[in-house]
Amino acid sequence: MNKQRRLILKTLMQGGMALGALMAAPGAALAAWMESAFKAKDMGEAMKNLLGSANAQDSDKVRLETPAIAENGAVVPIKVSSSLPNVESISIFVKNNPTPLAASFEIPEGTEPKVSVRIRMGKTSPVTAVVKAGGKLYSTTKETKVTIGGCGG
Amino acid sequence: MSMNRREFVHVLGLAAAAGMLPGGKVLAAGSGKSLYEVPKFGNARILHMTDCHAQLLPIYFREPNVNLGLGISRGRPPHLVGKNLLKYYGLPEKGPIAHALTYLNFDAAAKTYGKVGGFAHMATLVKQLRAEVGESQSLLLDGGDTWQGSGTAYWTRGKDMVDACNQLGVDVMTGHWEFTYTEDEVRANIQRFKGEFVAQNINLTEDALFDDAPAYDTDTGHAFKPYTIKQMGKHRVAVIGQAFPYTPIANPRRFIPNWTFGIKDENMQALVDEVRAKEKPDAVIVISHNGMDVDLKMASRVTGVDVIFGGHTHDGVPGAMEIKNSKGVTLVTNAGSNGKFLGVMDLDLGEGKVKGYRFRLLPVFSNLLDADPAMSRLIEDIRKPYQKDLSEKLAVADETLYRRGNFNGTFDQIICDALRAVNDAQISLSPGFRWGTTVLAGDAITMENVMDQTCITYPETYVREMSGEEIKLILEDVCDNLFNEDPYYQQGGDMVRVGGMDYTCTPGEKMGKRISDMQLDDGTPIDPKKKYKVSGWATVGSQAPGEPIWDQVAEYLRDQKHVKVKKLNTPKLKGVAGNPGLADYPGKVS
Repeated sequence: MNKQRRLILKTLMQGGMALGALMAAPGAALAAWMESAFKAKDMGEAMKNLLGSANAQDSDKVRLETPAIAENGAVVPIKVSSSLPNVESISIFVKNNPTPLAASFEIPEGTEPKVSVRIRMGKTSPVTAVVKAGGKLYSTTKETKVTIGGCGG
Repeated sequence: MSMNRREFVHVLGLAAAAGMLPGGKVLAAGSGKSLYEVPKFGNARILHMTDCHAQLLPIYFREPNVNLGLGISRGRPPHLVGKNLLKYYGLPEKGPIAHALTYLNFDAAAKTYGKVGGFAHMATLVKQLRAEVGESQSLLLDGGDTWQGSGTAYWTRGKDMVDACNQLGVDVMTGHWEFTYTEDEVRANIQRFKGEFVAQNINLTEDALFDDAPAYDTDTGHAFKPYTIKQMGKHRVAVIGQAFPYTPIANPRRFIPNWTFGIKDENMQALVDEVRAKEKPDAVIVISHNGMDVDLKMASRVTGVDVIFGGHTHDGVPGAMEIKNSKGVTLVTNAGSNGKFLGVMDLDLGEGKVKGYRFRLLPVFSNLLDADPAMSRLIEDIRKPYQKDLSEKLAVADETLYRRGNFNGTFDQIICDALRAVNDAQISLSPGFRWGTTVLAGDAITMENVMDQTCITYPETYVREMSGEEIKLILEDVCDNLFNEDPYYQQGGDMVRVGGMDYTCTPGEKMGKRISDMQLDDGTPIDPKKKYKVSGWATVGSQAPGEPIWDQVAEYLRDQKHVKVKKLNTPKLKGVAGNPGLADYPGKVS
């Protein structure tokens, strides 16, 4: 990879991380609804606070890539994309995390609905991607196992 | 009393005739007059070895009497032991084939049929099988776990095995324990290797890509070449690599921080489709280190693969499994471990497809195959600097010492006893690896035997305080890696071995509920809140502070002089009575 491109990408990444940090520690600037969603301790409550409903329809048009077993629970790579039309947002929930809402992305009109993020997982849990499209909620869930490791032969 | 070669050939001929007649389920051996006469079939011969664990010389290896299968895996290969396995394949209960595939009557049969494997003997067999069909119509595949498992492999950082594989003529390999050396060492060994190293499921991490770490393809992120095309006579065969998907979890991530693994079966499907479209091969085969249950599931999901040659779980399975998926059938094989077997797959290739196959799993009986002189010389050279250390006799085995099986083997128990004695610990833990050779009752236990059982690049021991709750958590975690009902969540090792404590295991339960009735050797219940002094080795998270496990085991053996298991800490089992993956269990079963 060309050095300059790498530098730009790194800078962008750091910028992205700073933004992420802002989201993780919502201050006064963030809307109360977002804070209540990110702080919710129950997945249903988090979904309701963020998206207005705790129910989403299972859909194979929400593509979720997760490791079956996490290599490192502190940085679990998650990818979500969707072939649904008019995607407005993509949100990721980890049911067994102390605060299940891990990330939420607004998808502006005309943007390809595809996100990639690394999240922290305390223990084995279902991971759910919820896509809001045309005002409706669609989801896919997969389990990611967090293990102590070792003893493999 | 060992058989002489003429007697041996005669018995093998009978075994072959009894089990391998047309219409039988398998062709576990040649249907000619001797084991190694394999009638020619088709136009492409693919030889497959796997999980030799750096055993250059002939060894003994006792197959398991506990290899439980649950749910869909119950009673299905590879989860059959002893007579159940032989019955399934219509093989006789006695004779050399039964001895190679099972633990039955092990001590006596091992004396009768002698040692198995050894690269010099394997080389003779490989040469013969390749010469029969012509070099251009044969391939030799190695499923990995080749560079680890012996003292010489450890001391040469796997180089001895690369040289031996070059001499053997390995064409394509993939890996697992190979990645327990550092990235630089792995790359140097691959450079030294004359064949090709393939893996579709190892990618650079995002950080490594940004940092310009070496990669095969920076666009796809592949750390290694994902597949290769081999010309076989008039035909072209695509060979895709599938490395062990959980290497950075089952083994230390710190040696290879730039790489990320996974089963990645969607990527596998995309690659198979791409290869079929672009390369127009006559067959697509996978050299896999998934483990057999994972291979079976993958074969049911991914389409367009003709054969998966599997390893990792060390299953000597005498037949190819035909697995249906939405577009056809994929064959799945597994070729055992420790150089004990060579898989022989003869394919009849047509244009863009496989028209037929014959599969045989040949046991490598060292007494029956001449040692190849060139390979023998190489092995001698490799061993010379270490011979003195390796041949030290530490103690005498008063019973046969082995590891393989879902729970404590007798050699594991000696290791656990050693950990407790040397570190003055109440409880000891030892990993459930599936490698480790067998020492026969009455034989001396040499330093080489101890290295064969313990040799890894993270051998450091530890002693630490753990609460009863923590110990249970570890047991539950490992047990789920073994018995999770979904193979994609299994890691392919056996249960962690314990010393100084007993427990009850209910394999069919869910995680968190499999382990119960934990108690110390004297029967005192283990209190979740109370702290216990625990010793162990092979920590994956970070380097442990203690001396290498082999030094502690050697110290213990020198001190004991004669060893025999005093108490086998094998769990009571619940809910698995009548399981065909369980026989002659030394503990209680309900």
